Amino acid sequence: MIPEIGHYALILALCVAVVQGCIPIYGAAVGNSALMSVAKPAARGQFLLVLLAFCCLGYAFAVKDFSVLYVAATSNSQLPIHYRLAAIWGAHEGSLLLWVFILTIWMVAVSFFSTHLPEAMRARILGVMGLVSVGFLLFMLTVSNPFERLIPPAFDGRDLNPLLQDPGMVIHPPMLYMGYVGFSVAFAFAIAALLGGTLDAAWARWSRPWTTVAWCFMTVGVAMGSGWAYYELGWGGWWFWDPVENASFMPWLAGTALIHSLAVTDKRGGFKAWSVLLAIMAFSLSLLGTFLVRSGVLTSVHAFATDPKRGLFILVFLAVVIGGSLILYAWRAPRVGLGGGFSMVSREGMLLANNVLLVAALGSVLLGTLYPLFLDALDLGKISVGPPYFDTVFVPLMTPAIFLMGIGPLAQWKKASLPELAVRLRWAFGVSVVTALALPLIMGQWTPLISLGLLLAIWILTTVAVDLRERLAHTDGGSLMGRLAALPRAYWGMVLAHCGVALFIVGVTMVKGFEVEQDVRMNVGDTATVGGYTFRFDGTEQYRGPNYIAARGTIRVSQDGRDVTVMYPEKRRYFVQNQTMTEAAISPGLLRDLYVSLGEPLENGAWSVRLYHKPFVDWIWGGCLVMALGGVLAISDRRYRLAWRRKVSDVPASTQMARQTVS
Amino acid sequence: MKPRHKRFIFIGLGLAALAAGAMLVLNAFQSNLVFFFTPTQVANAEVPKGRGFRIGGMVENGSLTREADGLTVHFVVTDMAKRVPVTFKGILPDLFKEGKGVVAQGQLGADGTFLASEVLAKHDENYMPPEAADALAKAKAAGAQSSGTLVVNPR
Repeated sequence: MIPEIGHYALILALCVAVVQGCIPIYGAAVGNSALMSVAKPAARGQFLLVLLAFCCLGYAFAVKDFSVLYVAATSNSQLPIHYRLAAIWGAHEGSLLLWVFILTIWMVAVSFFSTHLPEAMRARILGVMGLVSVGFLLFMLTVSNPFERLIPPAFDGRDLNPLLQDPGMVIHPPMLYMGYVGFSVAFAFAIAALLGGTLDAAWARWSRPWTTVAWCFMTVGVAMGSGWAYYELGWGGWWFWDPVENASFMPWLAGTALIHSLAVTDKRGGFKAWSVLLAIMAFSLSLLGTFLVRSGVLTSVHAFATDPKRGLFILVFLAVVIGGSLILYAWRAPRVGLGGGFSMVSREGMLLANNVLLVAALGSVLLGTLYPLFLDALDLGKISVGPPYFDTVFVPLMTPAIFLMGIGPLAQWKKASLPELAVRLRWAFGVSVVTALALPLIMGQWTPLISLGLLLAIWILTTVAVDLRERLAHTDGGSLMGRLAALPRAYWGMVLAHCGVALFIVGVTMVKGFEVEQDVRMNVGDTATVGGYTFRFDGTEQYRGPNYIAARGTIRVSQDGRDVTVMYPEKRRYFVQNQTMTEAAISPGLLRDLYVSLGEPLENGAWSVRLYHKPFVDWIWGGCLVMALGGVLAISDRRYRLAWRRKVSDVPASTQMARQTVS
Repeated sequence: MKPRHKRFIFIGLGLAALAAGAMLVLNAFQSNLVFFFTPTQVANAEVPKGRGFRIGGMVENGSLTREADGLTVHFVVTDMAKRVPVTFKGILPDLFKEGKGVVAQGQLGADGTFLASEVLAKHDENYMPPEAADALAKAKAAGAQSSGTLVVNPR
């Protein structure tokens, strides 16, 4: 009964979405304010309906209702409750429901925080989001219904993939989807602007905070995915350039380009058409990512063949969204205008160059991800594109981008002078080069890549310092603290996010340059030394978890005779799928991680063991978190808060504006 | 220099940078493609010499042996038509099992042994890597005419 209620709620939600997608947009086109006002209640109603459906599916998991096909396929009676609930997004159908649920959350957020927007704009934005929702709900209801019954019911479920039974998996997909779907808001803003034909600095100011929030979620989501791979797969790697990872990285690159391009549109009125295109691109890649990961096409393109309806629907949906918005773009973008001119050596010029580099990087990831799929689909042979490709392409593309990242904030808008910039940055440059050359030598190993990585990281930090000093000198406010506080939060956000990039680069450089890995056979009592730490293997013991049995090893770590820590790596066997899982033990630290995972049992209680010393690896995720924090700080800027507060007094003015837009 | 000339120079520089970037990407792409071959193709000497590639199929039952160092393993990858011996030094992934699918990356040694640098474990729900499933299907479709070396284990 409960699953049927959920199913019914989804059907109702589809009806509401159709209304929300058609009537307000039509209302905005003819200037009928009654029709436009349908958008808000429709969005909120749709949210409640999808929430109901989501709760119904959650309930089915909670009470172990194995007469629901999806529940039987992704959970089991022995699975603990928190993982049963996380199993809602453990496979295809449920993640689509999560997607739509998050989409409706964003809709409700837009309906609450858009009172300062012109009515037509808001109606169009919510309308476009409604149309996106129509596509997803139709997809669920026609070919991948999470509430489909299994008759007769299964005696027990097939269990959630053990790899996903992990706290990181509970939180990672919702975070990532908040980012993916968040770009739908930026997309809706762009389409609304194209439909309305008004694209000005105000438009950029409105869509900026939404884009930044989505980007923050995306950053954290991608970082968590990488962290999950690091500790759950037992290989000690943090990024594999796997298509699943690339699928989330591409929208991130597009989103990063977008927030920078929006900054120009906001401040200078330039890059309008480009911002719109990037918004379309970011959302299209989000859709592509969702489907790549969740449709099974990556496991085998022939998975499409086993369920041709699903594959066809996805291709048609992608074609409609991407094709439709690009056609609209081609038709309306020329009306948007180009904005003010600028010299190539200016802040705009550098942001443009950065955008081009980011998009080029994005293109190379897209090529490496999709090309093997195309070949396979056309039966032209199987190939794979390995990490070396991405590494070779990314370093030369990102090096100039990060170099410009240091200069950009110091350059003037419109026209800057290169010699003057060189004078202002000579100290930063000198310090960076000298430290980058000297540091690796002090640490005992010099390679060009280590130096390059450190150079870029220190370059970011020193240029930020120069910029901060200059700005403080030009700010009045008496004391140093007063002047620091006088700088806008949006500026601090940028500083923080850029420092996050520097931390990230330090992490990557140090891990790639100084990591030590050793696979060893260890008898009970054997020791091995890796990276200055001595690991002693004290054997394993059996223990039983809720739905698995595990061998747990004890490894005592010491350094120079002092005990450092005791680590307990595990090898688990999950009963239902009879699958073996490595649970690595990690001793994290600011300057290094120790990472131990059990390989295979050998004779007489000996094991093959993998030992790692990973310097600075946590800086990788720390850097991402700092970037996201920078984003949060930027949207808390005063001018956005003022925009919310002004809304009350602005109402008559905004309706007036709506009329103008319409005519 | 007139502004117009300046613009031309910038556009020219931009195009040159774009071309250089495209060259870089395509070159890296070309030299880092890893092709996939089935054991039958390996037996027919269709594989590139001196270049890495991937091989996939099933780990033959009972073929896994381990050297005294506990780390070097030998096993046989088969597509039910041909068999290829594989040597790998390191820790095998969790999903590696006799009688299950496997994909390995490496080079063919002089004695016909495949020296794997990497044994792949995809992190998805499928036990059978798609390439391996494909290899088995292809060999099956090709028929049993070349099954001289076929070892069928009744388990």
